[in-house]
Amino acid sequence: MHELPQTLVNGLTLGALYGLIAIGYTMVYGIVQLINFAHGEIFMIGGFGALTIYIWLPSGTALSLALPLMLIGGIVASVAIATAAERFAYRPLRGGPRLAPLITAIGLSIALQQAVWAFYPDAKKPRSFPQFEGSSFEILDNLHIQRGDAFLLIAAPLCMLALGLFVSKSRAGRAMQATAQDPDTAKLMGINTDRIIVMAFAIGGAFAAVAALSHGLKYGQINFEMGFIAGLKAFTAAVLGGIGNIYGAMLGGVVLGIVEALAIKYIQDIPGMDQLGGGAWKDVWAFTLLIVVLLVRPQGLLGERVADRA
Amino acid sequence: MRHRSLLIMTTAITAGALTLSACGSRDDKNDSGGKDSKTTVVIGVDAPLTGSLSALGQGIKNSVDLAAKVANKNNEVDGVTFKVKSFDDQAVPSSGKANATSMVDDEDILGAVGPLNSGVAQSMQGVFDRGDLAQVSPANTNPALSQGDDWASGKKSRPFKTYFRTATTDIIQGRFAAQYYYKDAKKRKVFVIDDKQAYGNGLATIFAEEFKRLGGKVVGRDHLTVKETDFSGIANKVKSSGADSVYFGGQYPEGGLLSDQVKQAGAQVPIMGGDGIYDPAFIKASGTNNDGDLATSVGYPVEQLDSAKTFVKNYADQHYKDPYAAYGGYSYDAGWAIIQAVKAVVEDNNGKLPDNARAKITEALGKVSFDGVTGKVSFDQYGDTTNKQLTVYKVTKGAWKSVKSETFKD
Repeated sequence: MHELPQTLVNGLTLGALYGLIAIGYTMVYGIVQLINFAHGEIFMIGGFGALTIYIWLPSGTALSLALPLMLIGGIVASVAIATAAERFAYRPLRGGPRLAPLITAIGLSIALQQAVWAFYPDAKKPRSFPQFEGSSFEILDNLHIQRGDAFLLIAAPLCMLALGLFVSKSRAGRAMQATAQDPDTAKLMGINTDRIIVMAFAIGGAFAAVAALSHGLKYGQINFEMGFIAGLKAFTAAVLGGIGNIYGAMLGGVVLGIVEALAIKYIQDIPGMDQLGGGAWKDVWAFTLLIVVLLVRPQGLLGERVADRA
Repeated sequence: MRHRSLLIMTTAITAGALTLSACGSRDDKNDSGGKDSKTTVVIGVDAPLTGSLSALGQGIKNSVDLAAKVANKNNEVDGVTFKVKSFDDQAVPSSGKANATSMVDDEDILGAVGPLNSGVAQSMQGVFDRGDLAQVSPANTNPALSQGDDWASGKKSRPFKTYFRTATTDIIQGRFAAQYYYKDAKKRKVFVIDDKQAYGNGLATIFAEEFKRLGGKVVGRDHLTVKETDFSGIANKVKSSGADSVYFGGQYPEGGLLSDQVKQAGAQVPIMGGDGIYDPAFIKASGTNNDGDLATSVGYPVEQLDSAKTFVKNYADQHYKDPYAAYGGYSYDAGWAIIQAVKAVVEDNNGKLPDNARAKITEALGKVSFDGVTGKVSFDQYGDTTNKQLTVYKVTKGAWKSVKSETFKD
């Protein structure tokens, strides 16, 4: 069991990544009850936004200097796409049948993916992403943290803290909670719900951009297809944690990441289970967990049982 | 409860829709040229023209296009103009099958080149066979395609008479790799990983068998999922297994990431793969230095063969947007084999195409023999190439360099 700490750290970093993306699903769902399936692509575009800034910078710029600019570039790209999607793809359908924006979301997801494939230079193959020099930090004897992961492990809690403070303390955050609870009453109280909805999309986009930058630093490459699986996993994390709950999204992500890491490492070692372990089965275990959680707690780990609106 | 059922419904619909969305296909319609007195023979090309393997697919398409252009320029077959019509399979088997159906339905298509992936080929073979349309793959290496599902037990039987290939099989490629690792690189403890696809899994299994037969030890076996990016769990297993080398059956997008993550996990061992990872993108997309990683590929390096010099020059002259990539030479030869078969059929029939041209061409393909870009091109009784040349490439200073070329011997 001496490799347990390393396995947990691997799961934690992967889970933090899922969690950051899951925030976007959860906030949008919490406010407009829409599952924004184009969110995986918003994440992917954040990565390309950050990469574009890096390419523009003079070559040889230290990554530590470039990083804040790349973060801004990624956030601008993701937020622009997310808010534009809200304005042009979802707002016209608001109030229509629930299925309509969902189908639009799927269409948008494919359109964004193909647009990057077609128009971003050399995006037809994976693009390499700048990485930190040097290898990993050795914390304990058998515990390494990659430099790319370190960024993620710092950024994710900071983002969560900022979001938590924003939602509970600021006026806009409280307006957001009010809109999530009851949009019609919120409107009567003088809250501009349209602005709140745009804000939810923008915050989700910004988090996705942080995730995309972390993804690039962690794996050293980004590609136009990366939004698909990441988006699906993040959506799973959001449902697992209780969709609509921002802390739930992060918790769901971390649980999912750790379950995947443990499944790869240990299920093979259980007697009689050697056929059901390893990388091939990790998604099976992750989704089994999701099903079990949904059966026992349909609202997800941190979700609240909401009364249906009439 | 409405929330819950909505969620379940959305998940189900979305999963279904996303699966379907991956299956759409786009055809390149480039057959709008004017018709003259000459007969036009169309060669269909099926390859992944979009998606992460498009670099290889575009190389295949362009190389066949070049073969058709050269044939037209030399007036290779009197009275026949060749044209190429390409189909995008996105490396998805169901798209490949749909494309095969379109090709069979198109009466002008008398031969097909492709596909890239063995898994896609499996779905296409039957369609081509029923349509009597010959298919020459430049890249499939899975043995079952030509020798039947029981090839491993020695009971070889050709499942479809319309299937040919210019690339050698994984039986040869996997064993060649194992022999290199064991005899030349002196590796004894290997960790074998594959991507669960027909190509990757088959290749890794053949490699593992041969490595064990030679006396080496397979210290671990695992599988990863295509399009995933996080393989740190598997990488840690490699490290803790004490392996001195890794063999990976799969393609370059996952191979590059796996190589990075194995090294980041602290295991300084090389990764070897098949022709699926032999691509500049394997190195380019990688953040970590992967000097020392190895790949086998079918044939000799195209640049080293005299027969290939004209091809390389002609290809450059056409100013295609993408390079000919790993399978350019084989694709050109595949196209050329069809052209030669058409030539034989036309010459047998007083300079005209017979009514049952497709069946005749399939028959003639089995007998073609010419000096191609990749060496002597001809097919054995299973439709496999008789050319058993292979090369080991190594990543040296950020580029693939050939380290050993040999004709495989049992």
